[in-house]
Amino acid sequence: MDVSLQQFYQEMKASGQSLRPRISVRIVEAAAQAVFTVCAFASLLAVVSITLYMIANGIPAIWQIGVKEILFSALWKPVSEEPSFGILYIILSSVTGTFLAVLLGVPVALLTAVFLAEIAPKRLAAAVRPAVELLAGIPSVVYGLLGLMVLNPVMYRWEQRLFKGSQTHQFTGGANLLSAVFVLAAMILPTVISISESALRAVPEQLKASSMALGASHIQTIFRVAIPAARPGIVTAVVLGVGRALGEAMAVNMVSGGSVNLPLPFHSVRFLTTAIVSEMGYAEGLHRQVLFTVGMILFLFIMLVNMLLHAILRRGDG
Amino acid sequence: MNNNEIAGMNPGMNQRIRSILLLAAITAVISSGAAGCVRGNGTPEDLLESVGGENKAALDSTVIMAGSTSMEQFANMAAESFMDRYPEMTVTVQFTGSSAGVEAVLAGRADIGNSSRDLKEKERASGAVAHVVAMDAIAVITDRGNKIPSLTVEQLSGLYTGSVRNWQEIGGSDIPVVTVGREAGSGTRSTFEELLGIRDLCSYANELDSAGAVMARVAATPGAIGYVSFGILDDTVCALAIDGIEAEVENVETGAYLLWQPYIMVTDGEINEQKDSVQRFFAYLWSEEGSQLIRKAGLIVPKSVD
Repeated sequence: MDVSLQQFYQEMKASGQSLRPRISVRIVEAAAQAVFTVCAFASLLAVVSITLYMIANGIPAIWQIGVKEILFSALWKPVSEEPSFGILYIILSSVTGTFLAVLLGVPVALLTAVFLAEIAPKRLAAAVRPAVELLAGIPSVVYGLLGLMVLNPVMYRWEQRLFKGSQTHQFTGGANLLSAVFVLAAMILPTVISISESALRAVPEQLKASSMALGASHIQTIFRVAIPAARPGIVTAVVLGVGRALGEAMAVNMVSGGSVNLPLPFHSVRFLTTAIVSEMGYAEGLHRQVLFTVGMILFLFIMLVNMLLHAILRRGDG
Repeated sequence: MNNNEIAGMNPGMNQRIRSILLLAAITAVISSGAAGCVRGNGTPEDLLESVGGENKAALDSTVIMAGSTSMEQFANMAAESFMDRYPEMTVTVQFTGSSAGVEAVLAGRADIGNSSRDLKEKERASGAVAHVVAMDAIAVITDRGNKIPSLTVEQLSGLYTGSVRNWQEIGGSDIPVVTVGREAGSGTRSTFEELLGIRDLCSYANELDSAGAVMARVAATPGAIGYVSFGILDDTVCALAIDGIEAEVENVETGAYLLWQPYIMVTDGEINEQKDSVQRFFAYLWSEEGSQLIRKAGLIVPKSVD
């Protein structure tokens, strides 16, 4: 073998070829690099163009109508004789709905993650985990459909009992903020569960072992050691859950009733997402422009959530 | 004598008949001229000739339609049966909403814009021309458990403006009223509110973005009231009579029924300026076959086109 290799080098030298890669190889290398660069720029280009597009389309309506009249007015009458484009209630509905969904979903998700990472026997965990993953794969329209067929009638029964004989309450038939909150809470479960579980699994075994060695019980160890140690990961999970809930349109549109109201549990509400989804089809002129403004505000919210996420991750690294 | 009498009478009779026929023909020509085109008789080909475009326009085999979601069912039916009749033709339909449809036509992205509302001045000024192809009546619906068969216009307005909050107040059972409607900007909603004179006064408990969603919500919610077009009615809900007039096609045709809206197909410029495939499509819709199709879709054939 050695002899043949030496022979090869000698032959190469004799023929005057260098040991550098052949030209064809170099061309392939350069081409591959170009392809990677172009691909990387494609997503950059998408982000930049979407941002510019949203701002370019969202700003004109604000100029025309005024920040105060859009952001701090609660009167949404886009097609009336004297139109009014106040989206305060729409913003509040999105924020309240997301907040309540996270408040409801995160504890359940976190405890599920603890169960999967720490408590469940291997076999049981192996059965529950795919179920959680499946939950993530269910299209949002299916969540919406279930909400519509199952949750709304239950809500209507509660509503009728709670507001019996009320002269002021507008009955919604169960399509209200609370329905949207329940559906959103269910939808953020898989995201929060799987990321929290990974975070919990990443907690070093010695930490937990030391805690146990000092006499702490299993449960004490989980709540005093494992969860605090996994906090950056868990916070990431929550922030991603917030993003998911804030951006969901289809399921919310199906269960929340869709009227613009103050976000109280039994009021029919409209979110930022559903305002766009349900009105874009027939909107025109200023109405259409304001829907772009709504989109821009939603976009800003999502960016804010992402920036928060990055801040947390950076702190976690340090 | 007999012969003479007959011979004497015949010329006069003939003349009279001839003049009556002539008069009728003139009337027909004038009235058809005023109405734009006579519909409902003859084949698409006859009509196409009377429009006079086939050889003028460039040969093309596609028609792109875009627009109203409430016209979805009708647009699909029209597209399919048109393609059955002319296999060489391709019709694509998009459902983007009335305004988006008109916009698409004016921008040249579609040949025909479907709209369930009349054109706005601005759109007309940009060259959009409206053709009423069918009439769609709006039915007021309740869930099947509701025992109220008919509403007066005042009662209906009261229900939607929020002054009637329980069915008990207008003679029904003790169930709260759940008002279901369409989203702001919907053609059905603006027609409904305008016809009742309650524009911008409605307080909706549910604002849904499609007629199908309204049907489903009303069917599933005791005490709900909603409005949808006749075309998509089925027996999961009850259609109410308005002022005692049943929600039936005949009552719309006679004008007795209050709530109806036009189905409009919009072109950029007059029909005879359109390409061959589009002219052919309109000729088909205005033929006897087209009228049958419109009736089959649960819609009403307009008497004339202007």
